[in-house]
Amino acid sequence: MTDVLIIGCGVSGAAAAMELSRYKLSVTVLERENDVSMGSSRANSAIVHAGYDPRPGTLMARLNVRGNELTRKLCADLDVPCRQCGSLVLAFSEKENGTLRELLDRGIKNGVPGLEILSGDEARRREPNLSGAVTAALWAPTAAICSPWELCLAMAETAVKNGAELRLGTEVTGLERRDDRWIVHTNRGETEARYVINAAGVDSDTVHDMAAPHEFDVKPSRGEYYILDKSEGGRVNTVVFQCPSERGKGVLVAPTVHGNLIVGPNAEPAPRHDTATTASGLDFVKETAKLSVPGIDFSQSIRNFSGVRANSGRDDFIIGMKAPGFLDLAAICSPGLTSAAAIGEYAVELLGREGLALEKKDVFLYGRKRTRFKELSDVERAALIARDPAYGRVVCRCETVTEGEILEAFRSPIPPRSVDGVKRRVNAGMGRCQGGFCGPRVVEILSRMLGIPQDEVVQDRTGSRILVGETKEVPENV
Amino acid sequence: MYDLIVVGGGPAGLAAACSAWDSGLRSILIVERDRQLGGILNQCIHNGFGLTYFKEELTGPEYAHRFVELLGKTGVEVRTDTMVLDVTADRRVHMTGPKTGYRVEEARSVILAMGCRERTRGAIGTPGTRPAGVLTAGAAQRYVNVEGYLPGKRVVILGSGDIGLIMARRMTLEGARVLACVEVMPYSGGLTRNIVQCLEDYGIPLYLSHTVTDIRGRDRVEEVTVCRVDERRRPVPGTEMVFACDTLLLSVGLIPENELTTRAGIEIDPRTKGAAVFENMETSLPGVFVCGNVAHVHDLVDFVTQESQRAGAAAAKFVREGEAAGESLALRSGNAVSYTVPQRIRPQNVDKSANVFFRVNRICGNSQIAVTAGGRRLAAFKRDRLAPGEMEHISIPKKLLEGVTGEITISIEEVRE
Amino acid sequence: MRELVCIVCPRGCHMKVDDELNVTGNFCPRGAEYARAELTHPTRVVTSTVRLEGGEYRRCPVKTSAPIPRELIPRLMETLSSVTARAPVRVGQVLIPNVLDTGADILVTREIDEA
Repeated sequence: MTDVLIIGCGVSGAAAAMELSRYKLSVTVLERENDVSMGSSRANSAIVHAGYDPRPGTLMARLNVRGNELTRKLCADLDVPCRQCGSLVLAFSEKENGTLRELLDRGIKNGVPGLEILSGDEARRREPNLSGAVTAALWAPTAAICSPWELCLAMAETAVKNGAELRLGTEVTGLERRDDRWIVHTNRGETEARYVINAAGVDSDTVHDMAAPHEFDVKPSRGEYYILDKSEGGRVNTVVFQCPSERGKGVLVAPTVHGNLIVGPNAEPAPRHDTATTASGLDFVKETAKLSVPGIDFSQSIRNFSGVRANSGRDDFIIGMKAPGFLDLAAICSPGLTSAAAIGEYAVELLGREGLALEKKDVFLYGRKRTRFKELSDVERAALIARDPAYGRVVCRCETVTEGEILEAFRSPIPPRSVDGVKRRVNAGMGRCQGGFCGPRVVEILSRMLGIPQDEVVQDRTGSRILVGETKEVPENV
Repeated sequence: MYDLIVVGGGPAGLAAACSAWDSGLRSILIVERDRQLGGILNQCIHNGFGLTYFKEELTGPEYAHRFVELLGKTGVEVRTDTMVLDVTADRRVHMTGPKTGYRVEEARSVILAMGCRERTRGAIGTPGTRPAGVLTAGAAQRYVNVEGYLPGKRVVILGSGDIGLIMARRMTLEGARVLACVEVMPYSGGLTRNIVQCLEDYGIPLYLSHTVTDIRGRDRVEEVTVCRVDERRRPVPGTEMVFACDTLLLSVGLIPENELTTRAGIEIDPRTKGAAVFENMETSLPGVFVCGNVAHVHDLVDFVTQESQRAGAAAAKFVREGEAAGESLALRSGNAVSYTVPQRIRPQNVDKSANVFFRVNRICGNSQIAVTAGGRRLAAFKRDRLAPGEMEHISIPKKLLEGVTGEITISIEEVRE
Repeated sequence: MRELVCIVCPRGCHMKVDDELNVTGNFCPRGAEYARAELTHPTRVVTSTVRLEGGEYRRCPVKTSAPIPRELIPRLMETLSSVTARAPVRVGQVLIPNVLDTGADILVTREIDEA
């Protein structure tokens, strides 16, 4: 029997797992997919929000502001790309100037440091490519950009290094309370746990209903994005928002930590797991973004994607003990990425109040470092290759990722199992050719490291096979 | 210090190095990222290469092999499995490889011959889900021809570029069913001979003025929607056709691989997306030359060879004589011409004649290619037919360039019958 | 009257052939020859791969040394599926002489060394 079982290994689940792994407890994390960070955690705006958006007094407001501070520190400690570039919310009219004042007021109440309202000209001095129509802007210096999947991965890896057990490909099918414990039914048999944490993201309502009376429905909202080539990466230096509406924080334009430009999202209701993009959605994103930054060159697009947010219709996260030994970390919509670290901390506090014994481990393995060949000096590169020649072979030419870095990922606590898993760990395939060049090479490495034939290697989820068989074997159609 | 470093050991780099050797350079290094020389030709196992240059029909690997053999007779040094990461303005070439280690080599001249890359789904913004089974035709070609794996069994091809057409045939021969080749333009982007022997031979329908408007499938492609487009290339509602398939191959254009070129601060021509060059394939950075698909995308390797030989000879001349002298003329693209290579000509530096490659931006029937300067007609060349998918080539004798100042315009004059 | 596009070279002449097999629109004699053959017994040079053992790569590219009748292509593909070459292989090396009794050989088109 495990002390705490966490359902879902997105950022919330990973943060809870990491925080719990500081204590003398057995922790098990169940993840339905073949990797961590497979839901909303990997498909979002990648922003560490300052915290002026949530309504004062909500849990969301507190966790956002606390999370902003924690995330920036965590990223530094765990070698997750993160840059505190600040954000601007743009106003285009007197009415929107008023909205900025409301946001400023909310931000001050929420405890967001350094907020300031700039004139249109001041904003343009900071961001020369902003539209001339901008009348004012709210400047938030603590906003940051980060690599969301690496944040999730870093926290999950830290948990695993400290003894947490991660079971991938394990989907919870039912929860059953028996005496003082939970019986967790999965596609791979059953497990017992004293406490269960629901961190199931878009499916957190379904998991909630397995353990407690029906309380909420997740009404997924889909956001579509553009990622533009690095040639557009310098179009803005900060995160550029428009005034929020009831539908969300609106279309943003921001640099990414990988040097690209991200533009999006829209917000449309969508079926639960439907992360398709649409022509109309992408057009809307493009046209709306041009209001903020007219000069964006969309011909430099290298990828579109969409992500689904776990909205519940409430203006707060749904966090709390909902049944004996059952904790909801549910409906973690935006700013979930920012708040995750604080949510993890809070989850421990709640379980402690519920009676979970919290005794710190003597040794907590904290800290993480991965080789980034691209960022090394000539001398460091030479030394690295001399030590291990695999670091001399560039596999992904767009992002300058070496075979050594990919092999290093296989030695990490949560090794990759897919081409996209490699991408999330070392950036291979993230660049302008989108894996056209390195894809076949990464497939070959995965085949070698996982000990499977190339035609069993998957792009992403289990079942997303890239190759359907060998040539010169099946003469069926001739 | 090398006389010449050639970045890339594909057809362009090989021809350039051989020609530089023949022109007298004796310290030449080719840096190739793959384990073998030959570049993309090694996966282009179909025939049709060399008709112009060797007057016979070779496959890609055979064409490459001819040049590898020629190279073997020279003293050109080769480093394979080595990637060039940077070329600086003072011609220091940073490279890395498992055997090479990390090295910085200096050169008196540099030829960039990195080839091109394929445009992707992200570049054309095809909506839908993002399952496995959407890949570029070139990646599929590598899987099938080199690795020996089949990327799918029911295939739709978007784009009628040559690689797409070639892969339509290849996938069919390997037992897959190719349901359609879909082209957004009203004409094919590939060579006519490939339409005939890759599509028509196998009964594969070509849908011109059509595009893919949706991709469905959670883990693997399950279906794609194909729509007719209007003259402004917008999908026409109500014309949707749904193809149940497991693969969508993209053959939607090639772009010069100019990462190194831009990092070196070399001027890029937004039309070719490669470096802007003079008559001898020299870039805005003296002593740095480009040739082959990194300069502009070719459809025939024979022309790559020809252009690269000029670059090789020019690099040798640069090392021997220093910077080329003389005023330069700008080449302007006139009626129906989408770009020219070179973009500038220094008449004084032209040997016997200036070679100009260009493409038209629409299909033209019986035409004259007119070369004019300041209202004066310098030369005209007859063509029965010009198509965007087929690169054109003219040669302007040096004596016609004498006395010309300012700019030269290349334009198409269609002859009314 | 049949219209066809020449595939002998990249020039792609648009040719017309009448019932007596007279060809017009061709730039060179090879075009006329191709047009006549195309209407009577179309042939193609076929390229493909065969399995390769012990080499740096798992497949070895091959071609027919001469055009073969187009209708034999499916059978040729079956034949190639049943062949395995052994590295090293050299350009021009004959893997199958007189394949399917066509008079054409199957030739290796790439140098591949032993792994």
